Order: sequence, then structure tokens, then C-alpha cells
Amino acid sequence: MEKIAILRMEGTNCEYESYLAFKRLDAQPEYVHLKELERKKKNLEEYDCVFIPGGFSAGDYVRGGAIFAARLKASIFKDLKKFVENGYPVVGICNGFQVLIELGMLPALYGISEQPEACLTTNDSNRFECRQTLIRHERSVCKLTKNIKVGKICSIPVAHAEGKLVFKDEEYAEEVNEKQVVFRYVDIEGKEAGYPWNPNGSYKNIAGICNNEGNVLGMMPHPERAFHKWQNGDGKEIFEGILNYIRSIC
Amino acid sequence: MLKARVEIKLKKGVADPEGKNIAKALNLLHFKEVKEVRVSKLVEIFIEEDDKERALKRLEEMCKKLLANPVINDYKIEIEDAHE
Repeated sequence: MEKIAILRMEGTNCEYESYLAFKRLDAQPEYVHLKELERKKKNLEEYDCVFIPGGFSAGDYVRGGAIFAARLKASIFKDLKKFVENGYPVVGICNGFQVLIELGMLPALYGISEQPEACLTTNDSNRFECRQTLIRHERSVCKLTKNIKVGKICSIPVAHAEGKLVFKDEEYAEEVNEKQVVFRYVDIEGKEAGYPWNPNGSYKNIAGICNNEGNVLGMMPHPERAFHKWQNGDGKEIFEGILNYIRSIC
Repeated sequence: MLKARVEIKLKKGVADPEGKNIAKALNLLHFKEVKEVRVSKLVEIFIEEDDKERALKRLEEMCKKLLANPVINDYKIEIEDAHE
């Protein structure tokens, strides 16, 4: 059974839905507090996947995800790096995506970077955008979404104030845009259309990206909030894709 | 004891929606001369250290490790003696 480490610290708040999503698909999720890793009470080697849920880790002070990332970097960064390099999946949703960007694990165009090479910054609207969005699954190197048809439009909600993805320079952004974009915000016809379809002003309507190896995925929309059909969403497929990938490597 | 004032600014060219909103509000309050507002964050850090050079090195490390994201931020550090 696939063992999923759902990381949490003070301020994460989407761990329960994420836990249930994996549980309902017969995986074995487990809450893992940052302090348990810092104190070596738990070890990443025990798990098949690291999942960083949404929320407001450490109050979102400094920047969204920055404190969570800095503490991970100061404690278990080597282990996490090894985990990724060994091909295991790491997924960050919303605040978790911010953490992965701040850690330099995304976009990681040329491998994990020492300093962040992108940033999820304040939405252009300067508002907390909390509503349904439509995202189109793009052709990319991502290994965790192979079960979702390219071009499929998924309905998944967002809830963030800092989700505008920007890159360190245009050339870098273009390269990421070519092969590492997993989801893009679109309108009801599947076309890229800017605000309000793109809730934050993200570069080229990017909603989610993966690393250059395709085993690290970060996205702003919350699939765990759109797991059931009655939630009018397609989040379940994302969890299924992660589990399919784990089965293919274990 | 030293006191550092670390100003974290948005780099030139990076959108500043908060600044834009403030500028709009000021215009609506009839401050028509306001053309642009840029918001930055000031962090005051008190350090148990007497050597300003050593303190500066540590503060730069703090900026790199946590306080600033080099993609969107510039930072400026000023150090003075702290009067307790």
C-alpha cells in the first residue's frame, strides 16, 4: 500500500481533506509534522510520496511558504533532495506549491536550485481569490498526471492571495513554459483568457508546473476540495495519477 | 547590541498590486499629485553583536535564506547601535 507523508506545521490547514483523498483511494496517508522530521522521529525513507498541503504555514509571514521552506532547508533538505533524485513523487498544493518554489525544487529547470528561480507573488487583483477555476491539462514531462488526457479541462477551485507565478527572467520562463507546464487556467471554451479566468495574473496563465524530471508537481488549485462528483470537480484524477505513478516505480 | 533595518523592496518592474491600490485610494482622496506608490517591508532586527561587519554578513545570510526572494526582491541593510 502506498505510504503518503502529508507534511504539516503550524498553519497548514488542508491536510485533512488531502488525507481523506488518499485514504478513499486505498492508499496509506500519514500526517508528518515538520518537527517529527527535524527531530528525526520520522524519516522520509519510510514513505513513497511527500505531499505538502495548502494552508497558511507559519502565518504566511515573510512570503507564502517561505518559513516552511527555510525550515525544511535547514533540517531535512538533503533527505528531500535524495527522495526526489530517486524518482519519488513530491506534490505541493497551493501553500505547498509556494514551499516547493521557495525551496528551489520547482521549476528546477536545470535541477534543484540553491536559490529560488521563481516566485508565487501577490495576485494582480490584490484580493484573496476563492472560487472555482477551469484548468487545462497540458502536454508536459509530468509523470504524475499521465492518467489525465492532454487538453482535458478540469474544474478545480482556488483559494489564494499569492498565486501569480513569475520567473527570474524571460528566457528561463520560456523554457519552463515549453515542457514543464502541467495546468493552465482557461475559460469555459478552453481558451486562455486572462482575468477572471486566470485568478492571479500568472505568467502565460500557468496554474501548475512540474520539475524537469516530472516527479515534482506544484499547483495552486486545490484538487482535494474537488474530490467527489458532487463537488463539481475533477480533483480525484490528480490523486489517482499520483498513486498510479507510485505503483509504476515501486 | 546592534540594530539593523532591513528593507525588503520589490524589484523594479515587478508588479505591486498593493501599491497600485494605495495610489488609487490616495487619488480618490483628492491627492491628485500621487502618480505611483511602491510598498516595501521594513524588518528591524536586534542583534547581540558589536562588530558591524560580522553583523552585516549574518544579515545578508538571513536575507538570502528567508527574508528576500531574489526573483522579486531587492534588499537594503542599515546597521546602527541599538539604544536599549
